[in-house]
Amino acid sequence: MPDIIEAFGLVKHYGEVKALDGLDISVPEGTILGLLGPNGAGKTTAVSILTTLTMPDAGSATVAGADVLKAPGEVRKRIGLSGQYVAVDEHLTGFENLDMIGRLYRLGKSRSVARARELLERFNLADAGDRPVKTYSGGMRRRLDLAGALVAESPVLFLDEPTSGLDPRSRIELWAIIQDLVSRGTTLLLTTQYLEEADRLADDILVIDQGLAIAHGTADQLKAMVGGERIEVTVGEGEVDAAARVLRQFAVGEIQSDQRNRHLVVPVSGGAPVLTQALRSLDAERIEVRDATLRRPTLDDVFLTLTGHGAEESMDEVMEAAS
Amino acid sequence: MNRVTTALADGAIIAKRNLIKIKRVPEVLMFVLISPIMFVLLFAFVFGDSIDIPGGSYREFLIAGIFAQTVVFGATFTGAGLADDMQKGIINRFRSLPMSRAAVVLGRTASDVVYNVLSLIIMALSGLVVGWRIHDGILNALTGFGLLLLFAYAISWIMAYIGLIVPSVEVINNAGFMVIFPLTFIANTFVPSENLPTVLRVFAEWNPVSSVTQAARELFGNIPAGAPEPTAWSLQNPILYSLIWVVIIIVVFAPLSVRRYRTMAHRR
Repeated sequence: MPDIIEAFGLVKHYGEVKALDGLDISVPEGTILGLLGPNGAGKTTAVSILTTLTMPDAGSATVAGADVLKAPGEVRKRIGLSGQYVAVDEHLTGFENLDMIGRLYRLGKSRSVARARELLERFNLADAGDRPVKTYSGGMRRRLDLAGALVAESPVLFLDEPTSGLDPRSRIELWAIIQDLVSRGTTLLLTTQYLEEADRLADDILVIDQGLAIAHGTADQLKAMVGGERIEVTVGEGEVDAAARVLRQFAVGEIQSDQRNRHLVVPVSGGAPVLTQALRSLDAERIEVRDATLRRPTLDDVFLTLTGHGAEESMDEVMEAAS
Repeated sequence: MNRVTTALADGAIIAKRNLIKIKRVPEVLMFVLISPIMFVLLFAFVFGDSIDIPGGSYREFLIAGIFAQTVVFGATFTGAGLADDMQKGIINRFRSLPMSRAAVVLGRTASDVVYNVLSLIIMALSGLVVGWRIHDGILNALTGFGLLLLFAYAISWIMAYIGLIVPSVEVINNAGFMVIFPLTFIANTFVPSENLPTVLRVFAEWNPVSSVTQAARELFGNIPAGAPEPTAWSLQNPILYSLIWVVIIIVVFAPLSVRRYRTMAHRR
């Protein structure tokens, strides 16, 4: 299938900061690309260049057949954007916000009104639709913002960290909406720093760090890159270092240990028998094991392996609460 | 649709959106309307008897000056509105939509005319209460109000440009005051410019706020019979001189503002 989003060598510097340093992006029609990276990796800059909000210092891009630099007006007719920060007018009602966007997309009065009502219904905002947005919760604003991106049923959608700042329940609701959307054939570029989110939603994942792509593939391909499994154990008070010494013999890579939570992650290969052996060894050293699991690598492991630093530590806790 | 009609149609959508805010947050309107009343009363009663206008009444002299000052101050609303839109991020949504690149600024300057019309009505009413009268027919008076609005509209474009440059709403308010205070005080708004020291007098005479005020005074019939003829060309032809400024300001600042809107860096 042809690529509906294509970008070559995007460079953008903000003073000394290199937000993008030669990024290539390609998204086949009807698929979801997850742009994954920590804060400051350049995700938002990439989205704002592709949506014509920002001019790149170098590079070129086309979206839905229109050149981002030469025909930005054409690009804007073919895209929907929901930015990192909610961009709705809080003095208008939910309906007025969507209706305004519809008219600015030139849907005409009756289509614009019908579309606004339809989206409010679909995003579970019908009851609140005639209340000023000021009275909405964070999750409701986020849904309205996302609905704004869908008003014109554009063939290409850009969602920049669509679930950032949402509580776990709203996040799961939003995931369902996004999945439904894509099943209807929309092409989607989604940025996220949540590994589970990219894993769950994206066909293809582009991992970026400091303005550069460092890996590209499906979630499974990326996981295969780091190989093997992970043993995770939680040990007793003051036993983390001792446990790390014992577990070193089983590790096929670097052990990550977290003193505060007394938690260790050990990359291994060999599956369940390795876990059994590891637990026996810990027991032999009289190290108290409070919890132990064997798991397949996650995207967080991919990130650690590729960059040497985690995507965002604190997010793990939120994601655990969500799932 | 061609570019002009697209800009007007989209501008109307944005203006409507801005005006809904008046309905939803009436407090803003209260403030806009109360401050002119306060100005009229303060100047009329505090300075009313201490400043002597040969052959006329200070209160009549004063009102056109307050009109001019208030509508020029009203223009900061334009800048504040745009700075607020930027701060809240909604400008980025507009910039990603296939709408006219002039519409956001055009709509904002247009909706602010409504604010200024309302504050002129309120000021005229409070002026009538403290003794101001129209002496030269309603048609002339309406022309005077029209000129005040047109001038305020031009200033709106300057403020729009500033609003799109500054990083926050607070800055626009301070920046606005820094420009507008000298502009409205070193003028014939509150005292006759003949009484000012030379440097200030020349500035005041060629200050467009003075010519607008002078034009409004003439059109309201508020120039006292014995008042000295102005010596500067700008005040001898205040309507023409004011209109020249209106044109210059719009011709310079409208393209500047629209270009700024088109090319502004995305806030990260």
